[in-house]
Amino acid sequence: MTAAQGLRLNRPRLLVGTEQAWTLTVRSVLATARKVDRWAPGLIFPLAMAAVYSSQFAKATGLSEFPEVDSFLQFILPATILQGIAFNASNAGTDMASDIETGFFDRLVASPVARQSIFVGRVGGAAAAAGFQAGVHTAIFVVLGVPIASGVAGVVALMLISIVLSVGISGFGLAVALRTGSTEATQSMFPLIFVMVFVSSAFFPTELMKGWYQSVAERNPFTLVMDPTRQLVISGWSWGHVFEALGYSLLIGLVSLSLAYRAHLRRLRRS
Amino acid sequence: MTGVAPARSRDTGVGLFPIVWMCHRNLTRFARLPAIMVPMVVMPIFFLVVFTSSFDGISRVDGYPTENLINWVVAFALLQGAMFSGVGTAGTVANDLETGFMDRLLASPIRRGIIIAAPLTYTAIRALIPITLVTVLALVMNAELPGGILGIVVAFSGGIGGALVIGCFGLGVVLRMGDVRAMTIVQMTSFLVIFPSIGQVPIALLDGWMEQVARVNPTTNLLRMTRQGYLGDVTWADTWPGLLVIACGIAIFGTWARAELIRRTR
Repeated sequence: MTAAQGLRLNRPRLLVGTEQAWTLTVRSVLATARKVDRWAPGLIFPLAMAAVYSSQFAKATGLSEFPEVDSFLQFILPATILQGIAFNASNAGTDMASDIETGFFDRLVASPVARQSIFVGRVGGAAAAAGFQAGVHTAIFVVLGVPIASGVAGVVALMLISIVLSVGISGFGLAVALRTGSTEATQSMFPLIFVMVFVSSAFFPTELMKGWYQSVAERNPFTLVMDPTRQLVISGWSWGHVFEALGYSLLIGLVSLSLAYRAHLRRLRRS
Repeated sequence: MTGVAPARSRDTGVGLFPIVWMCHRNLTRFARLPAIMVPMVVMPIFFLVVFTSSFDGISRVDGYPTENLINWVVAFALLQGAMFSGVGTAGTVANDLETGFMDRLLASPIRRGIIIAAPLTYTAIRALIPITLVTVLALVMNAELPGGILGIVVAFSGGIGGALVIGCFGLGVVLRMGDVRAMTIVQMTSFLVIFPSIGQVPIALLDGWMEQVARVNPTTNLLRMTRQGYLGDVTWADTWPGLLVIACGIAIFGTWARAELIRRTR
């Protein structure tokens, strides 16, 4: 054994695990960046929806129940970011399922890689992509003349909330991927998330909905994150709104990652 | 004996038999694969419920043609559901191409027109599922139907017509590309043509670029035809532009699909 190898072996396990998680995160980010069909829908589709809805519902901003906004585009910015996150998060699950199907997961398990790094690598990849995409979406909206009331600090907060929420949403995809090991089953999660995005205050204020649908939308976890996030865009800076949005995102993450981690441990026992 | 077969193939009954047989084959596959059936059943319900409930407030804007949003949105949900059937046709033909079934069809003495007509007949039958589902659900959700039976007839005609146009387009794309990737293009195109139209909001309430696009978008006429029975009496003025869109769409994309099939044969 060389001196260099000896030094490497003596390094703290936490540091080695962090390095491995970082390497796997970079792998995940590069895999997404290299495939246009992976990142393009999450970038383009939400923008197309925003363009359509801002033209269709522009007149609705004059209704008394509608929050005071500069334009419908300003109202819909958090929804655009959320849709991008949903696309990215579904990729994390699908990629994990693909790793299982192709046998890459088993090869990682057979190697001396820290078990948690495999899991963290995928979550990290989704989070990085979400943060980047949130930045791009916000920049495009700003170029189109949408004011961010909370300024640069608000943009940073938007990106941070996106990252945390992305971890939360990708946790559900990872849970299905690790449990089933099937890309098809994991992909079937996406319409479910898409439905949850629609049945929330993402595209229209819940005050203008009615009946059971309004009740469901008001209690939807995405509404709980969307509303304070939107306040940062339309009203201005507030620590309360930042903590509220981050808190609910963390709560979603706690639930989803617990499910995913349990599925991860289960799969490791089987491997 | 050898002279009998060619003579019989000109007979209408024998000529149409391959359409029935191919439709039966596709419908059997459709019934056996829940993965295909679920989006067709779930998505139209989703569209109707979500569009009606999420954007209910838009009907309170001055100038919105109805106080009951579902009367306006039902045609949008119906047409989207029907267009999914057209997209499904692309998937079915892509599957036939990938498994080599299409090559066997092309090697057989079946007329090329029938190879195009069979999946389109299947599309029309398949489109009946979302159209019926949306119509029944809309009526359960208190949609009004002042146009009566005639309103239902034009709504079904509009839906089936829309499915056939997308079906023809899907056939053209899939025969050109030769694999299942064509489905993504067909799916995206169907979204791109239906959203910038009067699906959720009338032209008078549209803003900016979308108003201009909706005015020239053929889907606007198709929606007008499909929707009229839910808003008032059925009129020829609201019907013929929709029928023209269907006829032109089938003629243009059907001819293209046939040309692609012939190119593939060579």
